[in-house]
Amino acid sequence: MEQSSSSEAVHHSVSNAPVRVMSARVKLGTRLVNLWSRRELMRNLVVSDIRIKYKGSALGLLWSMLNPAFTLGIYYLVFSVVLKNGYPNYVIFLFSGLVLWNMFQNAVFAATGVIVDRAGLVKKVSFPREILPLASVGSAVIYFLIQICVLVIFLFIFHHAPEWNMIEILPITFLNVYLFAATVSVVMAAFTVYMRDLKHLMEVLLQLWFWMSPVVYSYSNSLATQLGTHHIKLLYFMNPMALLVLTFQRTFYVNTLVHSTIDGHLIHMLPTWAPSSFLYLNLAMLAVMAGLFLVALVIFGRLEGNFESEL
Amino acid sequence: MTTVVDVDGVSKSFKIHYERHQSLKERLLHPRTGHSEDFSALSDIAFQVQEGETVGILGHNGSGKSTLLKCICGVLQPTSGEIRLRGSLAALLELGAGFQLELSGRDNVYLYGTMLGFSKKRVDQIFDDIVAFSEIENFIDTPVKFYSSGMYVRLAFAVAVNVNPDILVIDEVLAVGDERFQAKCIDRIRRFQQEGRAILLVTHSADQVRALASRAIVLESGRMIANGEVAESLAIFRKHLLGDTPSNEVNEHHVGDVHIDSITTPTGSFDVQSGASVHFDVHISSATAYSGNFVLEIFTRAGVLVSRSDAQGAPINLRPGENVIGIDLPHVPLLDGVFDINVGVLDPRGSNVKAWSEKVATLQVTYGGRQSGLVELDSSIRQG
Repeated sequence: MEQSSSSEAVHHSVSNAPVRVMSARVKLGTRLVNLWSRRELMRNLVVSDIRIKYKGSALGLLWSMLNPAFTLGIYYLVFSVVLKNGYPNYVIFLFSGLVLWNMFQNAVFAATGVIVDRAGLVKKVSFPREILPLASVGSAVIYFLIQICVLVIFLFIFHHAPEWNMIEILPITFLNVYLFAATVSVVMAAFTVYMRDLKHLMEVLLQLWFWMSPVVYSYSNSLATQLGTHHIKLLYFMNPMALLVLTFQRTFYVNTLVHSTIDGHLIHMLPTWAPSSFLYLNLAMLAVMAGLFLVALVIFGRLEGNFESEL
Repeated sequence: MTTVVDVDGVSKSFKIHYERHQSLKERLLHPRTGHSEDFSALSDIAFQVQEGETVGILGHNGSGKSTLLKCICGVLQPTSGEIRLRGSLAALLELGAGFQLELSGRDNVYLYGTMLGFSKKRVDQIFDDIVAFSEIENFIDTPVKFYSSGMYVRLAFAVAVNVNPDILVIDEVLAVGDERFQAKCIDRIRRFQQEGRAILLVTHSADQVRALASRAIVLESGRMIANGEVAESLAIFRKHLLGDTPSNEVNEHHVGDVHIDSITTPTGSFDVQSGASVHFDVHISSATAYSGNFVLEIFTRAGVLVSRSDAQGAPINLRPGENVIGIDLPHVPLLDGVFDINVGVLDPRGSNVKAWSEKVATLQVTYGGRQSGLVELDSSIRQG
């Protein structure tokens, strides 16, 4: 690709160009290299995805803020005003968990059907197919970043200081949720080609998953405390989203122990772990997530061979 | 010379589903059923393409040429074997497959360019060339959903050829746009050839291969049956074309007592070289003596009449019994192709058919030159 494009009839040579090999199995290392070399395509897919989503809408990207704001408002109304859960600064608590959950859900939701939806492309143009689900995750990251900005604005409005010791953990937590969303997205996208029901199943599953994660209710009200009495609390944390949501809540909501705004009794909002514990747990999870992501790529590689005939 | 495409023992088989269980319910209910059978679309294909070569890949529908192409482009993974590519590749498979309808032409150029594996910087450099080539300057910022199909395809073609790939793969897309645009495409392909880039041209048009390719590969039911000089490969391609659709649906009718039995050549073969002479003997049996006109028609396989000639006023006189009518073509002006021969006996005024035999023989013409079309013109072109 060195030759200049405008010159007439330059005799060009490819003797130094790298050799690409197409065979039945693409090795994992090659897969990663291919993905990295096509990062520009990934970026373009993300940009075009967002452009198309808000094309023709007057408010455009603002919807990506309005949408979660409405959700936030509804949960606030139901749980704080109607059901009177008595959590002080409930909006901050809710938002800090919701922002993370939204990213995961948006990513998985969009990625699950993406290979089927873009069948025309998959059957005609060559590129690493994992890029499609990963681009869905990429779009979710953009919405996530926008929502984080809104969260910061909320913190200013409510004069609510985050836990500064925890801030440095957040990039790791973000990487964790990114890798986890990517893992689930890549695997689901590939399986959905063979079983179209998965798209609908995933919708239901994501709802269940949401209520199993301590986003709306506090950790002490969660299943974890009950499981704890049976020494199987670990089971609760088999859901990676639990730890990740808690890390975000601990960082932005800060308070582990609060007084109820209704009757003044003490509520355990969050586990009373030290910031260092959060750090180690997140680091341990990062190792697991990186491993899972690689496994997901391998699974995808096994499944993609027959995409053409299934689409 | 560097090998840019090395296809090494590539096979591809597909599972054909008789009952597709695509929903979870069906998969759970019938875990073992859903019969499928392996269908071998390509078996053990091996060839190489050198830098600067233009190779035509010929085959009928279902011969596996599109599968092979998709394997080379990386859209499909071969079941076994390897394909090694050196340098960048752009494929004109189905043009505009990567386009997003909602996005403008400009956005799609960038998206498609990166999809083909080229950097944004590179697309920046050639963006103006692409737009100029596609001739849609005024609509480049319009969403492509408002494009006509011609504009759509032109833009895709413009991206693919202007990124200047080391290997260009073209699949039956030269029928793009109007004649002027087609000429432009051919022109661009010729420039690619001059620049020493490799081109793979997949088609079932022998004319395109003859006009552009330096070598041709013929696929038949997933196997490579020829790989060599264009003329040789085309001859093999023809043979299989004949084998595939036997012309035994001889459509004949005769009124009364004249019957066309058969047509033969002295050599027994209907394969002729373009420009050579050929002689046919038409065997006609007649119950009574009859004097009438004789007609010879030559059709292309597509049903285009190439020529109709008759006995030119001199009647043929049939005796009772066996008769032989000789036809001489001193110089077959036909170009490469397969032609059907119809013969008939008409009454002297030419208004009533006495006997008629359609597709009584099939003439296979081999041609080694570079003209394309149906007939050879003895044209000479010089400075005026």
